[in-house]
Amino acid sequence: MYEGAVQELIDELGRLPGIGPKSAQRIAFHILEADPQDMVRLAQAISVVKERVKYCTICFNVSESETCTLCRDERRSDEIICVVEESKDVVAIERSRAFSGRYHVLGGAINPINGIGPEQLHVRELIARLGDERITEIILATDPNLEGEATATYLVRTLRPLGIKISRLASGLPVGGDLEYADEVTLARAIEGRRNTAPSAPAAPLVRTPLPATEPTSSS
Amino acid sequence: MDVSRSSFAAKSYRTRGIVLRTHKLGEADRIITLLSPEFGVVRAVAKGVRRTSSKLGATLEPFMEVDAQIVAGRSLHTIIQAQLRHPYGQALVADYPAYTAGAAMLETAERLTDADADSIAPQYRLLHGALATLARGGHEPGTVLDSYLLRALASAGWAPSFTHCVRCGEVGPHGAVNIPLGGAVCHDCRPSGSSSPAPETMALLAALLTGDWAIIDAAEPAARAQAATITTNYLQWHLERAVKSLKLVERQ
Ligand SMILES: [Zn+2]
Ligand SMILES: [Zn+2]
Repeated sequence: MYEGAVQELIDELGRLPGIGPKSAQRIAFHILEADPQDMVRLAQAISVVKERVKYCTICFNVSESETCTLCRDERRSDEIICVVEESKDVVAIERSRAFSGRYHVLGGAINPINGIGPEQLHVRELIARLGDERITEIILATDPNLEGEATATYLVRTLRPLGIKISRLASGLPVGGDLEYADEVTLARAIEGRRNTAPSAPAAPLVRTPLPATEPTSSS
Repeated sequence: MDVSRSSFAAKSYRTRGIVLRTHKLGEADRIITLLSPEFGVVRAVAKGVRRTSSKLGATLEPFMEVDAQIVAGRSLHTIIQAQLRHPYGQALVADYPAYTAGAAMLETAERLTDADADSIAPQYRLLHGALATLARGGHEPGTVLDSYLLRALASAGWAPSFTHCVRCGEVGPHGAVNIPLGGAVCHDCRPSGSSSPAPETMALLAALLTGDWAIIDAAEPAARAQAATITTNYLQWHLERAVKSLKLVERQ
């Protein structure tokens, strides 16, 4: 244990994801010894992010205004929505330059052991967006690991009655990894080679009407 | 890391195990929680598994049964190799109700084995059998889960009874259940606070406990729902903290 302020800093750092007590201590002492101006800039960057950056009200990507630049960009296609787990996946897919439609950020993956089910993600908002008749395809780009696959299974089952083409990133992304670690070429290939998950879509698609925001989406 | 070769060999061990859960660690690593039939719950780092180039990543996913090579460290163990024995995870992610039922099994298994070292081997066999049944399909996942929960509790020393009275031993069938007492109670023993499930529910609970699938598969949805509630309440009575994934189980 250290005195007051130093220990407080170590405790705060230790609460960050992926930082154990040892790393927290190392970072705290780095901050203590670092140039004061650098550290003031770090502190300001944190408070500015917390003040200014919110989530886009349409796609839930991080954004500095009501809606994000990707949702406002008129050159992008309104026909395809790419569903991802986190904002960092949007960055990864943008880097691949293989996609020019819109995004929907779920805010994570279904992970029952951590108490995260469909209700804890932005699934209901996705269904509401699909009331837009311009949308012809949804690409499920959840992580190629177990939680990501289970989330895709849930979404396929939930969205299939809407009669929209649903596709999943092509394999080539080995199971077990995080989408953000896929290189641009692999990711571009996975998007271009995406496969339809519902080859036997209903001949007469159900009428698409946006669900009211209060209706639960997880009933089967 | 200046571990000498001799101490490396001494501290390295192999074990079979079922992956219970994974946590992200640092940039690309994960902490893997493994249930081993010999060592109980083992937590170990798997390095680089979140990179899409990692072969180990696909193996060390929840529900998978693996043979792992682990190096013991001062604070954390490290998994250096793992071979897939049964890829149960692959079947479960394709069936959402089975995935949610399986998640509740993993969470319960971690709780029961973390507390009681003596029953680890039988608990492992029960979990393995239940995951294999779920992955094979053919039974409603919610009933596979309830049967597993009752038998896992019995194996942990909390065997319920849904036939004879848990207080006086009188042979049933009885019409009431008391959770704190551990199951069926006869008319004379019945304390206040007992519930009165339908006779079909009592028969189903007894079948779930013994694994009588002819009766379980034929049960009506109403009896299944009642049995699920009683099973869940019985589990929560014995485990202090709530089993989070139980709320997310999708039952038919
Ligand atoms: Zn947006
Ligand atoms: Zn009695």
